Amino acid sequence: MIPVAFYFVLSALLFFIGVFGFVTRRNLIAMLISVELVLNSADLNFAMFNRILFPGQFEGFFFSLFSIGVSAAETAVAIAIIINVYRNFKSDQVNRIENMKL
Amino acid sequence: MDYSYVYLILLLPVLSFLVLGLLGMKMNHKTAGLIGTVAVGAVFVLSCYTAYQYFIGIGRGADGLYPTVTAFNFTWLKFTELLTFNIGFRLTPISVMMLVVISTVSFMVHIYSFGYMHGEKGFQRYFAFLSLFTMSMLGLVVATNIFQMYLFWELVGVSSYLLIGFYYPLHSAVAASKKAFIVTRFADLFFLIGILFYSFYVGTFNFDLTADPVLAGKVAGASWVMPMALFLMFIGGAGKSAMFPLHIWLPDAMEGPTPVSALIHAATMVVAGVFLVASLFPLFVQYAPEQLHWIAYIAAFTAFYAASVACVQSDIKRVLAFSTISQIGFMLVALGVSMPDPTSVGVAMTPEYADAQGLGYMASMFHLFTHAMFKACLFLGAGAVIHAVHSNEKAYMGGLRKYMPITHITFLISCLAIAGIPPFSGFFSKDEILVACYNFHPVMGIVMSGIAMMTAFYMFRLYYVIFWGKSYYETHKGEEGVHAPHEAPATMTFPLIFLSLITCTVFLWADKAGQFVSANGHGFTTHINWPIATASTVLALLAIGLATFMYKGEKTPVADKLAKTFPTLYRAAYKRFYMDEVWQFVTHRVIFACVSRPIAWFDRHVVDGFFNFLAWGTNEAGESIRPWQSGDVRQYAIWFLTGSVALTLILISLL
Repeated sequence: MIPVAFYFVLSALLFFIGVFGFVTRRNLIAMLISVELVLNSADLNFAMFNRILFPGQFEGFFFSLFSIGVSAAETAVAIAIIINVYRNFKSDQVNRIENMKL
Repeated sequence: MDYSYVYLILLLPVLSFLVLGLLGMKMNHKTAGLIGTVAVGAVFVLSCYTAYQYFIGIGRGADGLYPTVTAFNFTWLKFTELLTFNIGFRLTPISVMMLVVISTVSFMVHIYSFGYMHGEKGFQRYFAFLSLFTMSMLGLVVATNIFQMYLFWELVGVSSYLLIGFYYPLHSAVAASKKAFIVTRFADLFFLIGILFYSFYVGTFNFDLTADPVLAGKVAGASWVMPMALFLMFIGGAGKSAMFPLHIWLPDAMEGPTPVSALIHAATMVVAGVFLVASLFPLFVQYAPEQLHWIAYIAAFTAFYAASVACVQSDIKRVLAFSTISQIGFMLVALGVSMPDPTSVGVAMTPEYADAQGLGYMASMFHLFTHAMFKACLFLGAGAVIHAVHSNEKAYMGGLRKYMPITHITFLISCLAIAGIPPFSGFFSKDEILVACYNFHPVMGIVMSGIAMMTAFYMFRLYYVIFWGKSYYETHKGEEGVHAPHEAPATMTFPLIFLSLITCTVFLWADKAGQFVSANGHGFTTHINWPIATASTVLALLAIGLATFMYKGEKTPVADKLAKTFPTLYRAAYKRFYMDEVWQFVTHRVIFACVSRPIAWFDRHVVDGFFNFLAWGTNEAGESIRPWQSGDVRQYAIWFLTGSVALTLILISLL
């Protein structure tokens, strides 16, 4: 059996890699991937806590599945936005669309 | 017989005002003038018919009084069961008389204006304003309650303002119209306060408190407030009627076109104050007899002051303006002396007027009527003269009797009337006023006789400097801009003849004046009091003789010598005893400097400063946090992350 700490470390690594990627990358697609990493770390936590704390029950697994479904939908919306941004700005760099702030 | 048609009296001028005001610029002058004149002419006919119906057709009721008829009365605002603001049409002897006076003078002025204003820019606007004024003044006199009167009171004020400022490119006209509006508005403030006191404590706007027993009970409980409320209302009237010290606007109001001066500032609007006191007369008699005496003293002083100023003015319209102030003083004195003076030695000079308290009231209204006619005629005559010589200054006149015979004769008739020479109208009304004054107190009688003598003097001074003496035209013939004075056109001479005919024919019914208007409503026959009448006629003739001696000749050595001998007095009188300067001082140096400036400073620095500080603080805060919204999503993410970590750490440390 894999010790619990391994899951924590993996989840924390995924989370901070995602945050780091989100903050440092300028490419919108890369930022989207980073967000997905953050989400995955949360999914991993759901699955892990279900497994350790409530063996024989499935709420945490289903929550992970839901989260994956939602993130797929979110990715579709985000891709659509990114494509539109690209069409309008001819760029996928996040610092080029700063004037959308107002 | 009903009075259902009387709404037309108010409606026709309103329609004429609207049509001329909205569509006037699309019409030519003649059409616009005709619309206004026809409307007012119809009002004139209707008013005369109403007067005929009221006084003769229907006449006195079974109780021997003329009934107070309310032709219609809409409730506009209802505060309580008794306190309602109505717009209506009330016929009383004095309001019917005023209807006739206003519509007659207004009609004559409309006809006259055709000639006088011929070709002026804004001719249509002028007639629109005249219609507005006529409607307002008619609404004022037929008011069913004091609040309606106040409403129309302000309307006449605003139409007076508009007409004084008719020549708005002239700086002086603008200044005069502002002055007139502000001074009368200032006085109207007291009128409003008086109305509020009255309505708050008595609970009604009505003139008549006897109609409802509830009101009688209420007013008995608030009798202390009545003298104050009534006197405050009188201050409003004093503003409109140019009583000292609120008279300063009237001489300046002469900047308006001369027919306007005749209509508004001589015959109708300026007697609104007299009409107000007359309307409230029963209340004054019952609740504030003391204040009625104050009115008499103020009015007597005003009459004297204005008469003395009128003796030295050089602008002929100013002379007439001060003469108007003086004559309104006579009317208010007559009202004021209607109540017997408790300190009077009570010389019963006139046994035929046992109930002498009615006499002054009747005399005042009678004088109002006769004065309106002859003063309008004088103003219109002065307008004809100004039209002929293109100046208001007496220096440009002189010797005009040969050039303007009709104006000359009508002006002379009106001068004789105002001087009180029989058989012209002024003699009868002034005689009644003097009798009332002598009944009140002999000193009052003597003072008023003296002022009447001054009246005769300054009017004939005016007459001589215009129509006799050295002719400006003949001495300056051939100079540039000087051309022969000519008689006015028929549109201008007809009103003069008409008004002077009224002045000449009053003696036919002068003894019946008491039948139409009297304080208690019961008719009485007026008599000429021969001792007083003879004395005042002799005095007037003496004054006329003096004026003839001083001003008739080509040169006026006596008058010049007098002016040189008493230069201070002459200058002071010419400057109207510095009343304008006194007001200037009071308003600028006292009110503006000591009250308004500190308040303005407080407002600008403390009140505004506080709110400016709030706005500045908000602005600064916004400016300083504005860069935070950079639009860089990654930066937001860092902030968000830092915040979350910080919150988490706080939570952990709390646990």
